[in-house]
Amino acid sequence: MRAVAVIGVGKTPFGAFPCRDLRSLAVEAGENCLRNGHVSPERVESFYLGNFAGPSFTGQNHLAPYVSMALGIPGVPSTRVEDACASGGSAFFHAWTEVAAGVHDVVMVVGAEKMTSQPTPPVSEILGGAGDCAGEMRAGNTFASLFAMIARRHMHDYGTRREHLAAVAVKNHANGALNPGAHMRKVITLEQALNGKPVADPLTVYDCSLISDGAAAVILVPLDRVAEFTDKPARVLGIAQASDYVALDRKESITTFPAVRRAAAQAYRMASVQANAIQFAEVHDCFTIAEIIATEDLGFVKPGEGGPYAAAGCTARAGARPINASGGLKSKGHPVGATGVAQVCDLVLQIRGEAGDWQVPRHALGLAQNLGGSGATAVVSILGAA
Amino acid sequence: MRTGIVYTETVIYSAPEAFTKDAPYQSAIVSLDGGGRVTGRILGERVAIDDRVAEAEERDGVPYFRKALP
Repeated sequence: MRAVAVIGVGKTPFGAFPCRDLRSLAVEAGENCLRNGHVSPERVESFYLGNFAGPSFTGQNHLAPYVSMALGIPGVPSTRVEDACASGGSAFFHAWTEVAAGVHDVVMVVGAEKMTSQPTPPVSEILGGAGDCAGEMRAGNTFASLFAMIARRHMHDYGTRREHLAAVAVKNHANGALNPGAHMRKVITLEQALNGKPVADPLTVYDCSLISDGAAAVILVPLDRVAEFTDKPARVLGIAQASDYVALDRKESITTFPAVRRAAAQAYRMASVQANAIQFAEVHDCFTIAEIIATEDLGFVKPGEGGPYAAAGCTARAGARPINASGGLKSKGHPVGATGVAQVCDLVLQIRGEAGDWQVPRHALGLAQNLGGSGATAVVSILGAA
Repeated sequence: MRTGIVYTETVIYSAPEAFTKDAPYQSAIVSLDGGGRVTGRILGERVAIDDRVAEAEERDGVPYFRKALP
């Protein structure tokens, strides 16, 4: 297997952009990425698009060539990857396999989603398609309510408190306020987070990530060719993808995501590092409880300790191990298909020391964790300075 | 009718489009006495984790449970 590096990154701002369509967002991120990586479109040999629900949100299908041709990438294999909220991470994983296996040398990944063209109830229904439509969703659940049930059980089993959940929201909003590309650059107080409008008990609006439009892109090449493109590559040290049941009621425990644990174990082994070596991480905080469980599943803390870990400030930008310095899905925004790719972009920016106001102090080794549905897909990537 | 105990639950305020008229309503995952778990709705009195419930009816393939005596 060949060593692989990321040599270019590009993003659009995340937000609600009524005048933008899916393709224009994907193309903007892609063009930013090509420029950033000093890659002309003709050099790209294969193209992946991470996108969850373009056809449902916008009516457009056949999206991968729709975007690659618009980017001026002529005639190469163009493939859309859909794995719910992990579509972007999955697309990145599959692009990595192509480069690692020696099938192609220059592979581009764009993640994109256009979500704000419809009001929240139909958006919830489309997102619900990532759950078990014949069971949990037919009973009237939403992703917020599935994660609310996860939070309830975590509170019951471990004594996790509302204050712990709120601490995650407060921290991620403080981080996002410093990120010029974030959707909601608004600092919130613990009191606000605790008294938000209820969505599904015990979660309030402040526990939920945002419905956003946006796109992100990266370019992968074999490590031995990075010098042709950049003097600031970021190496993919470890990466893995894993799966689990789609339906929450099929899982033995809902306070841990076995797919995340499996992917993390494989990625740590490939990178020859242990959890305690990871200096910073971008994790999938679709809901505040998901960030708490991520810190446990990734091995940063023991099961049940994620809440107090967040509340103690360990995961703040200036803490021992910053989590979601970008603002995370909570404040940066969550254009579903873009999220996993944007996490990788954010790791690369941090590793290069180019994150600006949201730069973390120790940035040589970072981890991204992207989750699909209520844990049926997980992708864990570990990147470091090459 | 199936019986079991509440494994987890939530009261949903922000419902998907097909259920907005029902909100707020309670959903729960129930650990069934016969083994396995199922996701359903709660009728009547709100329930909490470890409460006993009994299935009252089934609508559109979804079990509706009520709080039962322990």
